[in-house]
Amino acid sequence: MNEFIRGIKKGFPICLGYIPVSFTFGLIAVKMGFNPLQATLISLTNMASAGQFAGIRLIEGGAPYIELIITTFVINIRYMLMSLSLSQKVASDIPFYKRAIMAFCITDEVFALAALEKGDVKFSFFGGLMATPIIGWTLGTFLGAVASSMLSPVLQGCFGVALYCMFIAIIIPPARTGRKVAIAIIVSALFSCIFKYVPGINVISKSGGGGWAIIISAVIGAAICASIKEIKRTIKKRRLVLLKGGSHV
Amino acid sequence: MCNMQHIAIAMLIMALTTYLIRVIPIGFVRKKMENEWVQDFLYYIPFCVLSAMTFPDVLYSTTPAGATSPHFASAAIATMVAIVLAWKDKGLVRVALVSVVAAIIIEIILPVIF
Repeated sequence: MNEFIRGIKKGFPICLGYIPVSFTFGLIAVKMGFNPLQATLISLTNMASAGQFAGIRLIEGGAPYIELIITTFVINIRYMLMSLSLSQKVASDIPFYKRAIMAFCITDEVFALAALEKGDVKFSFFGGLMATPIIGWTLGTFLGAVASSMLSPVLQGCFGVALYCMFIAIIIPPARTGRKVAIAIIVSALFSCIFKYVPGINVISKSGGGGWAIIISAVIGAAICASIKEIKRTIKKRRLVLLKGGSHV
Repeated sequence: MCNMQHIAIAMLIMALTTYLIRVIPIGFVRKKMENEWVQDFLYYIPFCVLSAMTFPDVLYSTTPAGATSPHFASAAIATMVAIVLAWKDKGLVRVALVSVVAAIIIEIILPVIF
């Protein structure tokens, strides 16, 4: 029980941070034509900012289900990595049903706090950690959805920039220190622009809600950077082999 | 907007896909991944996805529904404010809120000037 309370205390700042962001999601969802109940349900069942945002855009654009599945998968693939990382940090005797509950709220922020834990992450601690962020995320969405009708269209529009600025706030700080992250960001943005503006190619972003353009741009960016790293690794290994070979002489 | 049934199915698909992604690794995987290229690829993917989602769509994000032309000015200023604040590591919420305020100010000022 003590661990649960400690989790709640640690998770509460995340809850506060989630409210303005999910508020924006609620606003945008209603602006796109979803009703407040739908918007709130999407937040409660997904707990994923970028994925939800892309999802409602695809649904509004009338994208086929397969595009919705692949886009949701690619955009949320980072959770797979976090879940994998977390699987190494929980005691191996934690039963499946407890793991299944924990899995529900592996978000960027909750994961970051759990990863900072010294030693194994306990189920009760993680339970407390995820409790208030879920409430904050859901409640914020509902408030934003309800408030949507009270704001003028211009104000509604201004809130639309908030989510993108959050994305910028996520990707820029790591890019400042990691050159390859910066390359990844620039390459993906460049291809995303190409898919939008170059005549002939722009059919990709015009079909559905633009999910394919995002997927292809992101895969190209990530593949290039992963390959650069791979090449550097190979060169390093060869140098090592050469050095070892040289020491015999 | 399409019919309710379509939205309900789409919502279910979104929720299921998102959950499966999260539950499969922690629920079943006990060994560490070996392939370094795949690890690197997965590391870069989140940044790439968010970047591709943001650019160039952010430039259209402040345009009100039903507007005749895109409101590029407020969106561009908000984006620049966000990049500068993010570079200074100001945190998610502050970056988003200040950028929205910047967009609102531009939207208020522009009609007064022109």
